[in-house]
Amino acid sequence: MNTLVCISTTPETTAKIAFTGDGTSYDSEGVNYIMNPYDEWYALVRAIEIKEADGGEVHVIHVGPASSDIIIRKALAIGADAAFRVDTEAREAYQVAAEIAAFAKDRDYQVIFTGKETIDHNGAEVAGLLAGMLDLPFVSFANDLQIDGSRATVGREIEGGTEVVSVELPVVISAAKGLAEQRIANMRGIMMAKRKPLEVVQPTEASAKVKVAKYELPPAKSGVTMVEPDNMKELVRLLAEEAKAL
Amino acid sequence: MPVIALIEHDGITVKKSSYELVSYAARWAAQSGDHAIAVVLGSLSDHGELASHGAAKIVHIADSALDHVDPRQYVSALRAVMQEHGAEHVVLAHSSTGKSISGILTVASDAALIHGINALPADGVFRRGAYSGKALAYYRPEAGPLVITLMGNSVPAEKQDAAGEVINMSPDLPAAQLTRVEVKKVDGDIPLPEASKVVSAGRGMKDPDNWGIIEELAAELQAATACSRPVADTGWRPHHEHVGQTGVAIRPNLYIAIGISGAIQHLAGVNNSKTIVVINKDPEAPFFKAADYGVVGDLFDVVPSLTQAIKDYRQS
Ligand SMILES: Cc1cc2nc3c(=O)[nH]c(=O)nc-3n(C[C@H](O)[C@H](O)[C@H](O)COP(=O)(O)OP(=O)(O)OC[C@H]3O[C@@H](n4cnc5c(N)ncnc54)[C@H](O)[C@@H]3O)c2cc1C
Ligand SMILES: Nc1ncnc2c1ncn2[C@@H]1O[C@H](COP(=O)(O)O)[C@@H](O)[C@H]1O
Repeated sequence: MNTLVCISTTPETTAKIAFTGDGTSYDSEGVNYIMNPYDEWYALVRAIEIKEADGGEVHVIHVGPASSDIIIRKALAIGADAAFRVDTEAREAYQVAAEIAAFAKDRDYQVIFTGKETIDHNGAEVAGLLAGMLDLPFVSFANDLQIDGSRATVGREIEGGTEVVSVELPVVISAAKGLAEQRIANMRGIMMAKRKPLEVVQPTEASAKVKVAKYELPPAKSGVTMVEPDNMKELVRLLAEEAKAL
Repeated sequence: MPVIALIEHDGITVKKSSYELVSYAARWAAQSGDHAIAVVLGSLSDHGELASHGAAKIVHIADSALDHVDPRQYVSALRAVMQEHGAEHVVLAHSSTGKSISGILTVASDAALIHGINALPADGVFRRGAYSGKALAYYRPEAGPLVITLMGNSVPAEKQDAAGEVINMSPDLPAAQLTRVEVKKVDGDIPLPEASKVVSAGRGMKDPDNWGIIEELAAELQAATACSRPVADTGWRPHHEHVGQTGVAIRPNLYIAIGISGAIQHLAGVNNSKTIVVINKDPEAPFFKAADYGVVGDLFDVVPSLTQAIKDYRQS
């Protein structure tokens, strides 16, 4: 059975956050991008495990510019069979979902994986939109996935626990921690990735529904008040009276 | 047009965060002279204080099929209310429920979607965190319907009297797509994303057996417990307690970080907390730069005496 894994990119976690002069876009000058950890560590690996157990192919898709190709190749090195890149700079979730939906519509993917969220924007928006556009069931924040014939049993993170649900395939699943164990690309994988197909797909040019008016850095903290370790009474007083946090 | 708030509840009481939703919806609607509709799905015996938090109408679909969240059924129920009451905009919680239905609802309503809003709109512009909380982003949705999720603890619930007229509806619902097999609840825990106070500990704890002092402090404060990633990765604490860039992002009123160095990836999930207290034996720990109050000391001494000081304060 074939699966599709949606891959997003995000600034490396230690990257400096700065914005262009008018504050409407992120200044990516000199910033390294990485594969979104939820996509790489959990979604992709679980898809590869399914292929290893049941056969079929793992395809990855990314909506973004050619500079992402190096990251897509990494997904191939970890074990995906083929990659597709929709050639557009889409930054908004609706646009991204529309491009992926247009691509996946007539293909027979039994599971479409996304990550839980892209860690730069913490959006968690693409997966549900994609499910809506493809009219498929959606299971969010999966930390366990077992496939049995035409159905899947999925554990999903909820507040204070896990809910286990059963759902008919095909399905859109967003991957949370616990779904799989991270894998590292080995030398053989990296060599093989060079021969695997990476196809550029023309965008449908879906339009954005939301635009960024501006970005802003949050106001700086006013500085830390130190309290002596043997004076917790004072800390409690500050928390109660000054911070009103108790 | 009226603004809808989807109420979350456990069958008995309305979740505290849902008062934030109704009050937000009422204040947003009021910007164009309109009112809020609280939508209650599934069985709930007591509507609590929805009216006094701004619900002009409480539309209740008490169908027991809605006792569990099935995205398709929830969206269908919400669409029925939107059509019946001419509502365009919907406010959902930034919770597992909110995020599992928002996308499908957005597509079904031909709406725009923004998650994680943390302020009331100003001139049609909505604010949320970006770059893992290291920046703020202001979004302008295109004209037309909008679905948002509201970050908990960011816009306080405000008392505002409204009629709270209860309207029962029973629209036809489609079959469920997800069948619930079981729920594994973590006992006695306050769910982290809901908590207004969080006590969090890291590798400085040395051993999972030492967590008693953390749990005592949390119990005294009625706080949820959290941890840094290596602590969850090594199985010292359950995965769902892991906060940070790759864990849960939270913004409680009070975050107490104990034996956590304050790596940038950890800060990303907690730096929107209102008040941050850091307890660390290393005065150079980077976390102090993000703290409001700091204590340099051995956590094995400081934490029990903090717990005692809170007890004393409560009794005085
Ligand atoms: C892609 C990526 C994503 C990541 N995501 C996350 C994330 O989401 N969340 C997260 O937490 N981390 C994340 N990390 C890991 C992060 O970089 C740090 O390694 C981690 O946060 C460190 O955890 P810690 O503070 O518990 O441990 P340490 O860094 O080892 O710090 C322990 C602290 O305890 C103090 N200490 C020791 N003994 C005592 C004592 N007796 N009394 C008082 N203080 C004491 C020490 O001074 C030290 O500051 C991520 C890393 C990467 C690369
Ligand atoms: N540009 C993109 N191309 C492909 N997949 C994406 C893209 N952006 C987001 N996704 C997928 O959607 C998930 C959630 O992303 P987000 O809604 O941006 O938080 C990611 O983990 C990816 O799986």
